[in-house]
Amino acid sequence: MADNRADTRVSMRTPLARVKGLGASGHGVEHWWLHRVTAVSNVPLIISFVIIVAALANSPSYQEAIAVISHPLVAIILILAVISVVNHMRLGMQIVIEDYVHDKGPKIAAVIANNFYAVIVGVACLYAILKVSLGRILA
Amino acid sequence: MAEAKVAPRPLSPHLQIYRWSWTMAMSVAHRITGIALYGGIALFAIWLVALASGPSAFDAVQWFFGSPLGYLILFAYTWILMHHMLGGVRHLVWDFGYGMEPEQRINMARFTLVGSVALTLAIWIVAFIAF
Repeated sequence: MADNRADTRVSMRTPLARVKGLGASGHGVEHWWLHRVTAVSNVPLIISFVIIVAALANSPSYQEAIAVISHPLVAIILILAVISVVNHMRLGMQIVIEDYVHDKGPKIAAVIANNFYAVIVGVACLYAILKVSLGRILA
Repeated sequence: MAEAKVAPRPLSPHLQIYRWSWTMAMSVAHRITGIALYGGIALFAIWLVALASGPSAFDAVQWFFGSPLGYLILFAYTWILMHHMLGGVRHLVWDFGYGMEPEQRINMARFTLVGSVALTLAIWIVAFIAF
């Protein structure tokens, strides 16, 4: 395993300072806690999501799909689900990356790519849901 | 003290050394299903963006999801989602400090597998009967 610590031979920093300088760097259990909070919110939202998708199971026409997705209750549930799921998967994948990618450079690149992917997926879903549902009002 | 002395720590053996147990298998499955869902959500994003793009884009994507391969992916996705959800509930139970006894945790691990298969079949049967 790669040793990514600062050069310990020449450092005048105490072990405590070194530990404080790495690690969660002041954010404490924020990552862990948000992962649990989004896990809890995912459960009812995913159950609702599965019911919505099941309603679309028999290959709906374009008009039927628009009608389902643009229903306010469906759109609101999907928006909440996207926000909760995208954050949960972003936090989860960061844990996986930090477990398996040991070298500092690739690790930082992978974590940044992970954040980009989560934001792109989230924005694409939210834009599409809003366009479909608001388009019904404005048209 | 300018030099930090790092004691040589014993290394734990790698995964293949251990005998497979229910809890270990479900722990590995939880991580793999999480990674699969991470990639799979792109399919939902593509479906939504196609819907927002118009009828021709939607029909093309809908044709794929209505094909045998599309149904296979959706069926597998359902099971992966249910497995990760039940695995997550199991972890939340542990977070509250319950279910740590050997028999309890093995039963919970078995329930994750059995429950996810049962839920997946129930969802697909209900989806085709009710809608």
